[in-house]
Amino acid sequence: MAKLRQAAIYGKGGIGKSTTTQNLVAALAESGKKVMIVGCDPKADSTRLILHAKAQNSVMELAAEAGSVEDLELEDVLSVGYGGIKCVESGGPEPGVGCAGRGVITAINFLEEEGAYTDDLDFVFYDVLGDVVCGGFAMPIRENKAQEIYIVCSGEMMAMYAANNIAKGIVKYANSGSVRLAGLICNSRNTDREDELIIALAEKLGSQMIHFIPRDNAVQHAEIRRMTVIEFDPTHKQADEYRALANKIVNNKKFVIPTPITMDELEALLMEFGIMEVENTAIIGKTAAELAADALAA
Amino acid sequence: MQSVEDIKPCFPLFRNDEYKQTISNKRVSFEEGYGPDKVEETFLWTTSQEYQELNFKREALTVNPAKTCQPLGSSLCGLGFHKALVYVHGSQGCIAYFRTYFNRHFKEPVAIIADSMTEDAAVFGGQKNVHEGLANAAKLYDAEMIVMSTTCIAEVIGDDLNAFIGNARKEGHVPEGFPIPFAHTPSFVGSHVTGWDNMEEGILRYFTLNHMEDKAPGKNGKINIVPGFETYLGNFRVIKRMLQEMDVAFTMLSDPEEVLDTPADGSFTMYAGGTTQDEVKDAPNAHTTFLLQPLQLDKTKKFVEGTWNHEVPKLNIPMGVEWTDAWLMKVSEVTGKPIPASLTRERGRLLDMMTDSHAWLHGKKMALYGDPDFVMGLTKVLMEFGIEPTHIVCNNGSKKWKKAMEAMLAESPYGAGAKVYPGADLWHLRSLCFTDKPDFLIGNSYGKYIQRDTLHKGEDFEVPLIRLGFPIFDRHHLHRQTTLGYEGTMQILTTLTNAVLERLDDKTRGLGTTDYNHDLVR
Repeated sequence: MAKLRQAAIYGKGGIGKSTTTQNLVAALAESGKKVMIVGCDPKADSTRLILHAKAQNSVMELAAEAGSVEDLELEDVLSVGYGGIKCVESGGPEPGVGCAGRGVITAINFLEEEGAYTDDLDFVFYDVLGDVVCGGFAMPIRENKAQEIYIVCSGEMMAMYAANNIAKGIVKYANSGSVRLAGLICNSRNTDREDELIIALAEKLGSQMIHFIPRDNAVQHAEIRRMTVIEFDPTHKQADEYRALANKIVNNKKFVIPTPITMDELEALLMEFGIMEVENTAIIGKTAAELAADALAA
Repeated sequence: MQSVEDIKPCFPLFRNDEYKQTISNKRVSFEEGYGPDKVEETFLWTTSQEYQELNFKREALTVNPAKTCQPLGSSLCGLGFHKALVYVHGSQGCIAYFRTYFNRHFKEPVAIIADSMTEDAAVFGGQKNVHEGLANAAKLYDAEMIVMSTTCIAEVIGDDLNAFIGNARKEGHVPEGFPIPFAHTPSFVGSHVTGWDNMEEGILRYFTLNHMEDKAPGKNGKINIVPGFETYLGNFRVIKRMLQEMDVAFTMLSDPEEVLDTPADGSFTMYAGGTTQDEVKDAPNAHTTFLLQPLQLDKTKKFVEGTWNHEVPKLNIPMGVEWTDAWLMKVSEVTGKPIPASLTRERGRLLDMMTDSHAWLHGKKMALYGDPDFVMGLTKVLMEFGIEPTHIVCNNGSKKWKKAMEAMLAESPYGAGAKVYPGADLWHLRSLCFTDKPDFLIGNSYGKYIQRDTLHKGEDFEVPLIRLGFPIFDRHHLHRQTTLGYEGTMQILTTLTNAVLERLDDKTRGLGTTDYNHDLVR
């Protein structure tokens, strides 16, 4: 059998990482691949569409109940959902307390020690919380873990800004190890010239836009039923988009150490595509009313 | 007050009337404490069955845990390698603690360095500390390798040693080929024995993982010995002696025997003895690897089996007659070398000693605590001597340990009254010593508080402590003794028997009252 491939999915909060990951993984499972998802987010919503559950019992939640993580067994934390997909959520604290990053480290160590990475797996996907805010959220890309990273983004400025920041983080790890940027996944927000923009950004980063996922309400419809599109409506054209993404990832060969750009370069790129206007110092710090008054005066 | 001509330590100085008065005034004027009656009433309540039941319902609090944390174990492991500098990535205080812990036990200077993480390192990550620390350490201390582990601060913020060390090499802080094996050793997981195991695995991995092409089990004709978290220097010596008498070539994978016992020759010796890098590199070529403390070496075992393809023998810690027999026979089976007459004679002497002393030990009840394998081996020894183990506490004992203990206790009539308590602490054991008084308590120095408290209830309640284990801070040179092999069993026998006899003498020293049994011959 082929060697296990481990991939981490990063991207700005709310961009659709979990939805994209689960639809992608469902497409991989549909094509016969054996996959495990490891949710690395204290919200623990990385597996709900696969398990049709509100939220899976997470490693940290169960460890807190049992007293320590050593008291847990693998079967306590690992659930199997659609297409035989194995699901684990690291879990973590409520917002505002504790340390979610340590939860990720603990959970992944636990999975390794308990032998969750079985030989029959083709892929492991780590669905990681929005920004890489501390060392714990970089755990999935330490040596001998995920070697390919996909960044989910859209044509919105802040999503691209986050993608560039994540690329900076990857460089730190790529220089001393074998983790590589494997591509940007554009989860469309229907902004102007979105695909061209992300292709351009990907090029600047030395990478590729591996797929453009158009916006479609079918994803919402499936999600309300706690399902992926692949499972809910396999004939829908949106399901084919995720299949296409899955196929591209299976055949992906383009793994690079990214070349992140500066804020100025990013702004220049946005201007080039007309997302941002050429900087007009006259408008900075002025309210809409003031601008209207200025316009009248002119 | 203290007089220059006759300086007294706090005892007996504070027993002077002057000091008694001062201390009593302070109590009355400032402490707002309860009166002696209330204190006594509460003390007696803590000795009751009712209190014990509440005590065992404790969920969130540990009192005197009888274990310490991972990086202490990783440090001991690292000390056992030739010219290895032990480096802990973390805050200064933790490492000062490890050094003093070892100083107090071994009565030796112990070199461990820290990269002193502070507030900014906690916020920005500790990479800068690792880079500067490695650069300084590599230049200053004439080490041939640096063995790195972590404290909790580095673990909570997710510092990645592999990446940090890799970057340090790239940026030239430390030469490319300079060996820096490492292990993540979060203090809040497991105990010092886990840290030892993690570090050992890190070192074996570092030197062998990518050099397995020309390796095969049996190629060098040796066997490997993995001691685990071992603090009895005599145990390193006895294992070596037995193997030498058998004419078996071996590699001790972590051997701090010399560095923790350097002679006073007028100069400070920072490095002494230890397993060399070449020995580690060659270790996969051994017939197999013997784990002396198999219940606490999971990670090392997995690596040795998975990467070196060694068939690790299923043995118990070689303590007592039966398990030393099994150990020697396995060594003989693996290497084809017969067990020499010298060891057979040694075994015979031990049996002779056991026969000589059995009348004093038979049926004695002893409670004990300590690390998982040590406690298991000691329980086995007690039963071989005819002693009845009663309450057996192992704070860092796992479910697996509990199972193994219960199976072993079930095999002997002497084990019928024993109960095992994984995860319990010395405050639990204190309750048990009041409600079900053993004749003796066996463990490290911390047991002296239980002895004091039981004595306070009355002489008849006192449970004397026999010091066997780690750490022993309040007696000298016991760390040089032996607990493994026939020799170790002899020493344990001597210690236990004489403790029983000392106690008997204490009780029969009353002139004209109990001295009818104050016998010259025991």
